[in-house]
Amino acid sequence: MSTSTHAIAPARVTRRPALRLRRAPILRLILERVAWGTLTLLIVSFLVFMATSVLPGNVATSVLGNLATPESVTSLEEQLGLNDPALERYWQWLTSAVQGEFGSSLANGASVTTFVVPRIINSLVLVTLAGIVSSLLGVGLGLMCAVYRNRPFDRVISGVVLGLASMPAFVVGVLLVVVFSTTVFHWFPAISTIPPEISPLSDPTKLVLPVLTLVVVTVPYITRMLRAVAIEALESDYAEMAVLKGVSTRRLLFSHVLPNTVAPIVQVIGVCLSFMAGGVVIVEALFNFPGAGSRLVEAVSARDIPVIQAITVAMTVFYIFINVATDAIALVATPRVRFPQS
Amino acid sequence: MVELARITKSACRTPQGLVGLVLVTFVTIVAFGGPFVAPHSATEFVTAPFAQPSGDALLGGDVLGRDVFSRLLEGGWLLLILSLVGTLLGVAAGTVLGIVAAYFRGFGDTLVMRSVDVIMAVPELVLALVLLSVLGPELWLIVFAIALSHAPRTARVIRATSLDICERDFVKARRATGVHPIRIMLSDIGPNVSTPVLVEFGLRIPWSIALIAGLSFLGFGLQPPDPNWGAMINENRIALIENPWPVIVPAFVLALLTVGANLFADAMGSAAKNPTMEKETVDKGAAS
Repeated sequence: MSTSTHAIAPARVTRRPALRLRRAPILRLILERVAWGTLTLLIVSFLVFMATSVLPGNVATSVLGNLATPESVTSLEEQLGLNDPALERYWQWLTSAVQGEFGSSLANGASVTTFVVPRIINSLVLVTLAGIVSSLLGVGLGLMCAVYRNRPFDRVISGVVLGLASMPAFVVGVLLVVVFSTTVFHWFPAISTIPPEISPLSDPTKLVLPVLTLVVVTVPYITRMLRAVAIEALESDYAEMAVLKGVSTRRLLFSHVLPNTVAPIVQVIGVCLSFMAGGVVIVEALFNFPGAGSRLVEAVSARDIPVIQAITVAMTVFYIFINVATDAIALVATPRVRFPQS
Repeated sequence: MVELARITKSACRTPQGLVGLVLVTFVTIVAFGGPFVAPHSATEFVTAPFAQPSGDALLGGDVLGRDVFSRLLEGGWLLLILSLVGTLLGVAAGTVLGIVAAYFRGFGDTLVMRSVDVIMAVPELVLALVLLSVLGPELWLIVFAIALSHAPRTARVIRATSLDICERDFVKARRATGVHPIRIMLSDIGPNVSTPVLVEFGLRIPWSIALIAGLSFLGFGLQPPDPNWGAMINENRIALIENPWPVIVPAFVLALLTVGANLFADAMGSAAKNPTMEKETVDKGAAS
């Protein structure tokens, strides 16, 4: 585009269209995804609300426990507004949720927002750490496997990775506990006993095993994807040209191969992060980590509906955010899509 | 069916497929044959809690003093059956949705795909937990939760393949001559998606096993006192130091099963992508 118009028109005319093209697709994409995401969030919260509200009697009975008599159950139902029509209750919940008020826990009466938010932050710390470690490890391993492809190093790593990818998260976690905590070594504590208000960063040893479990479960996907994309880049014409020109291996890898892997890798990392949103539930339950996942398990046992809804909504928000972010980054990293050839 | 046999044979010839098949067969035999050779009943109190392995209890005692070895042998078959049935239902439902969406396009397609997006926005384990919290740990609900987690993803994959097939001339011709849509879907599109469907099924079974075991681990799956590998890991965790076997062995067996199933399904997927002979599109209705 620029070479053909360069001789004819002045430079500033050719610059403006390029700028508009660059901003528009990404902004439009983000807005579109956010809109769909909000709709999805509404539908999910509505469905969860409907599902958990199907049997109001059980909620009141489980809250009262041993004190449940027919009269107290009915009065509690009245008190909690469980006899209002479902749509009305949902609307009430929705309007207060948007303002940040998710009601009170049915189990202990405390405000849901105050005690769920620190737990969500803890889980985010876990997921972020695991994401960073597994991305770096996955990219590094994948790159090395691509460079030494089909040699023993590659075969061993690919085999191990394939094996690890198949194991369920809690099996990995349990085996890690056995190896590092109780039977073989005694390096790390098996469960954590920190109360939820204190940041887990204050006692890093308790973070190691949960993060390691999440890393082991997600690294295989990143490694495999990076290996495939890097091999494709290494065997391409432009890489061959660079090698013929005498470019050093390091420059080849970092300037020519890696930038072309960004888009697929970001998408795989996004998938792994959204997988971790679910995987964190089991890992937290296994290590007794004070996060949103373990709280959700407790809430499900107690049929504590407001907490279930709040945490489910939080996880859905996380999922949608990850989706939008990865799509936007992938788009930014692929100039071919931003500047279509005329 | 011929296709299935071909892929299975090719998969068995690769080292990875062979290892996978051996692992899966071994664990399946343990799971289904176990109840017949278990020395004790799974609920019988045989020794002291967390007793060390002895002649009577080969792997020691669990949290309540039951024989770990017998519980191991009896704790697998239900898990496997539930996973199989759940995956089957989920993949079947997803296939039907995918084919229907691809065939009719337009509003129906958008509706199906957006619904799929909504279900996929919630992590599968969370979805299962919410369902189980509402209706309790019923067996049929566990199967339903598994099917619900597989259907959307299968629908996406099968829809992509079906879109491709719907663009082929023979399908267009059949539609143009007024053949009933269901007939077209059954006899033209169906056989041509059979391979991806089988591969999807194979790839999803390990995930179903992991999901049921995980739910049982959290206490929401199969209930005590019935033995169950996932629950065994959970209930015996507290005394890992005294007797690690009730935790290690079920975890190890689960690992063998999922790794083996994945290896074999992966080998099947590669075999499906690299046909040894030209695979012709099945065109049953063309002659009529």
